[in-house]
Amino acid sequence: MSTYAQKKGFGATVWDYLTTVDHKKIAILYLIAGGLFFVLGGLEAMFIRIQLAVPNNDFVSAGLYNEILTMHGTTMIFLAAMPLLFGFMNAIMPLQIGARDVAFPFVNALGFWLFFFGGIFLNLSWFLGGAPDAGWTSYASLSMASEGHGIDFYALGLQISGAGTLMGGINFLVTIINMRAPGMTYMRMPLFTWSTFVASALILFAFPPLTVGLFLLIFDRMFGSNFFDVANGGNTVIWEHLFWIFGHPEVYILVLPAFGIFSEIFATFSRKRLFGYSSMVFATVLIGFLGFMVWAHHMFTTGLGPIANAIFAVATMAIAVPTGIKIFNWLFTMWGGSIKFTTPMLYAVAFIPSFVGGGVTGVMLASAAADYQYHDSYFVVAHFHYVIVGGVVFGLLAATHFYWPKMFGTMLNETLGKITFWLFLIGFHLTFFIQHFLGLMGMPRRIFTFLPNQGLDAGNLISTIGAFFMAIATLILLINIVITSVKNQKVGNDPWEDGRTLEWAIPSPPPFYNFKQLPLVRGLDPLWIEKMEGKKGMTPAEPLGDIHMPNNSFNPFMISLGLFVAAFGALYREDYNWGVLVLIVGMGITLLSMFVRSVKDDHGFHIHKEDLLNDDDKGGKA
Amino acid sequence: MHVEDKFTAETWPAAPEKQTLEGKNKFLGFWLFLGGETVLFASLFATYLALKDKVPNAEHALAKDLFELPIVFVATMLLLTSSLTSVYAMYHMKNFNFKKMQLWLGLTVLLGFAFLLLEIYEFNHYVHEYHHTFTSSAFGSAFYTLVGFHGGHVAFGLLWIVTLMVRNAKRGLDLYNAPKFYVASLYWHFIDVVWVFIFTVVYLMGMVG
Amino acid sequence: MKRLAKWRMISMIAIITLLLSGCGEPFLSTLQPAGEVAKEQFDLMMLSVAIMVGVIIVVTLIFAIVVVKFRRRDNTIPKQVEGSHKLEIIWTVIPIILLLILAVPTVASTFKFADVSEMDKKNEEGKTDALVINVRANLYWWEFEYPNEEIITSQDLVVPTGQKVYFNLKASDVKHSFWIPAVGGKMDTNTDNVNRFYLQFDEQKANEAGDLFYGKCAELCGPSHALMDFKVKAISPDEFDQWVADMQSVKEPETAETPLAQQGQEVFNNSCIGCHAVTPATGAPEAARLGPNLTNFGERSRIAGVLDHTEEELKNWISDPEAYKPGNKMTNAYNKLTPEELDAVAEYLMNLKVQD
Repeated sequence: MSTYAQKKGFGATVWDYLTTVDHKKIAILYLIAGGLFFVLGGLEAMFIRIQLAVPNNDFVSAGLYNEILTMHGTTMIFLAAMPLLFGFMNAIMPLQIGARDVAFPFVNALGFWLFFFGGIFLNLSWFLGGAPDAGWTSYASLSMASEGHGIDFYALGLQISGAGTLMGGINFLVTIINMRAPGMTYMRMPLFTWSTFVASALILFAFPPLTVGLFLLIFDRMFGSNFFDVANGGNTVIWEHLFWIFGHPEVYILVLPAFGIFSEIFATFSRKRLFGYSSMVFATVLIGFLGFMVWAHHMFTTGLGPIANAIFAVATMAIAVPTGIKIFNWLFTMWGGSIKFTTPMLYAVAFIPSFVGGGVTGVMLASAAADYQYHDSYFVVAHFHYVIVGGVVFGLLAATHFYWPKMFGTMLNETLGKITFWLFLIGFHLTFFIQHFLGLMGMPRRIFTFLPNQGLDAGNLISTIGAFFMAIATLILLINIVITSVKNQKVGNDPWEDGRTLEWAIPSPPPFYNFKQLPLVRGLDPLWIEKMEGKKGMTPAEPLGDIHMPNNSFNPFMISLGLFVAAFGALYREDYNWGVLVLIVGMGITLLSMFVRSVKDDHGFHIHKEDLLNDDDKGGKA
Repeated sequence: MHVEDKFTAETWPAAPEKQTLEGKNKFLGFWLFLGGETVLFASLFATYLALKDKVPNAEHALAKDLFELPIVFVATMLLLTSSLTSVYAMYHMKNFNFKKMQLWLGLTVLLGFAFLLLEIYEFNHYVHEYHHTFTSSAFGSAFYTLVGFHGGHVAFGLLWIVTLMVRNAKRGLDLYNAPKFYVASLYWHFIDVVWVFIFTVVYLMGMVG
Repeated sequence: MKRLAKWRMISMIAIITLLLSGCGEPFLSTLQPAGEVAKEQFDLMMLSVAIMVGVIIVVTLIFAIVVVKFRRRDNTIPKQVEGSHKLEIIWTVIPIILLLILAVPTVASTFKFADVSEMDKKNEEGKTDALVINVRANLYWWEFEYPNEEIITSQDLVVPTGQKVYFNLKASDVKHSFWIPAVGGKMDTNTDNVNRFYLQFDEQKANEAGDLFYGKCAELCGPSHALMDFKVKAISPDEFDQWVADMQSVKEPETAETPLAQQGQEVFNNSCIGCHAVTPATGAPEAARLGPNLTNFGERSRIAGVLDHTEEELKNWISDPEAYKPGNKMTNAYNKLTPEELDAVAEYLMNLKVQD
């Protein structure tokens, strides 16, 4: 299909992407947008580290620092990590289960555009009077006291992008339940598909509490209600609960897909099936389930009382068990294998000790009585960066290298990839390991500066140096991407040569209908099974026939744009007369677009058998 | 079977909403969506219970002062009946009787609309008789948010069903719109179930104090 | 075998404790615990670290073997192993046991630290026998009220060593969190309710820390969150009683002695007294206590919690608070003072002392 796109002019390509409902193109959109926000969040991280390099620094002012730290967290979680994962889920999951698209291609596009406009809205706050400054957790008393419109941007922006995420979650769930190829039973699904499934279920149940929390915040700040106004009977602890009922599962929403990616990589480059597949699936589901039972461990110092604290402490510790199962299963997948240290495999291998580091500090934090010391100190900062960078970002970088050829049909440079890896690994540990000790030595988190003579100087300087390593690593990755794209050397179906799952059975990049004929799945790692029997590809499960495809649509863009416009109206409603009008116009655009979508018949189109045959002749195999 | 196929009462399948892959997906996706909606309302209920009767001073009306059984009882009956009429509509949809389906859907809409009017009257009553408003206290905010979210769902449901009715008035039933009618009625039942909880938690528990 | 494992565990804890206790400053570091609460938390920390280091060693061993031994050397296809129930049971059961070892003391300590029943035991006068301090956190300063002794002070918390000190914690504007790292874990000061906990200050450790512990705000509360420090003077019970008596003796604002200070007092009474009290009485409602109580300002350890306690810094602070604590509530609350007025006020304030 990329050959088609190349023949088109630039404008036509842009229009194609604005209206696409193809999961592979939406994946690329997620990757571009998520990558952009990742760089933005990374820049914010650099500002933070530069400011904290030496005591009493004045690189950024106190207020600006709070805006940067808030936007760093919010951007990285909502606008970088999750969309990037969504990108890979979109690109790979349907291929892994042998589907031609996701269940709701239109909703898939809508989900992306909602996320995108939400993210843009949030970041426009930088230019429109200041970004949110109450931390990504935006605790109610502070977020109510915060002046200007920063928090309003936060609440409205996240509301819009959150709606997109929720849609994506439902979409993936239905896709996996309803659209698996013949023979692809649940217990034959690749781990990445399984983790996408569980993460999507978590999204479905975790995002509504955030939605409610954000609504309460919006109502309080913009419409005069009193949910968090103590003087009028309100209660700010409600926000803490709602936020963390969402916030803790969110961690698993991020890390489970990363686990899935690593599971694929370990098996592939060890040339060995995943050790203890069924216990891996069980552990994934169990982690997802337990993820909902532990939110109050973020609130040990809020004063919920010893009974609540003790229960949540023990429940939190319980999560260590399935996580431990996973770690050992990965190790024993490699045990007895034939390990090839490609760039993705390097990330996977480095992930184990890094993530174990984050895991064990997680157990330490679970110990409520001791957490009174760790809570809101740099120990926590170190812990969650070990989990999120050591787990999720490593997973994303691994996936970028691993799936790049499948998504774009060309391999990222391995040498540059390995340089990126080593710089990133060193930088990561240099930055965050020392922060455990800074926290234990009495450094609270979220401080814009620290005074000298408190024993904190050396640690902070080391941490800042580490951050620069990571920044350089990211730069090299970007250079790698540019070089690779310019060279554009095409690769075949299975560029790593050790592919085990269905996505490696079709061309890179796949044609827009993915599978000419749906494959017949005969077991776990279906392609590997065929390869071991000396076959080149999958056995088709159906005769060649017409393929039904959905039409492109500009509606998702317009629906999202309407909400984007309406959000400005809600925000400026009390400042300017035109606020209400803009609010109405925005909602009008959205409702009208939905109405058009609803009224118009859209049956999609068919690719005819003959065209599919022709595609083969033209060398559609890339 | 294709979405464009024309049907008669004889060829119409037993479960038209799940005949096509699109229909099956819609059916499942909507159930999942309702799962998310359940968590949304659960959060709102929890917030309401935490803030119930939380007012700045003794001059503000509390739940036990506000609610009166007759009006809420009538509202409940209206909505419960509308759920029943939508069941009839789906019965006729499955029997390929488009006209009767439209008729029962029309009744559902009328009942839903009456419910909404009653709710607006009720809110108006609280505001003017008791000065119990969205901004007067945390209790007020929580009450209007919970019940208002439900009311908003009712309004959206009405808009949705009317759009479906108008849109398909000339087309009649086919496998493309059968799932649409079906999930709209699912949505309507969900709204009804939520109301049963609101009736119990907000009104009945409010009146006993 | 079991005993051996136990000894291994204990020796590991000992080694780690030695390694870590060198970390940080004695007045700030949680790794140099200076009281019963911090000590117990430190022990819990060491127990969990020991267990975790054990886990890390096992993982690292397997990891090292795997990475070295199973590199790809030729093109053979390894045996496709499905799994091993025996192994899987092992690495499910052992972690559960390890977690139980940690969970039991965790739960015990959690309940112990929450035991504030002494605060509810009132004697005939309606007061508690235990020392209770009401902490009120504000943007960006701390108020400490001693309800039994009926005195108020700010910024420098004064406590006796060797006994449990109970705290009522709340915030008057946004949420803060009360943390004295060397002495014990933190507790949030909420806007909604009063939280309660206790700490104990160790005499010997207090001496090592120069009798002055650093306290921090641990919850993001606005631009100057980083600067919302307070200090804790931990002194012997006798000295503490003397300090209380000295504070209680201030019934009326003390009249300044030198002419310059008298001039300063006049300026103070015109510009500052609306927010800052100079008597420690607890009578005024909280809403009227807009700024830190300055009764014993001359004996404090810092200006505004973070600046050196000198007249120069005091004048800097008063002339432009925004430059030192962005977002504070003092900026623009009074008319700008002339240099002469500044000198006078500084002289007056630095001489506000209760101890002789």
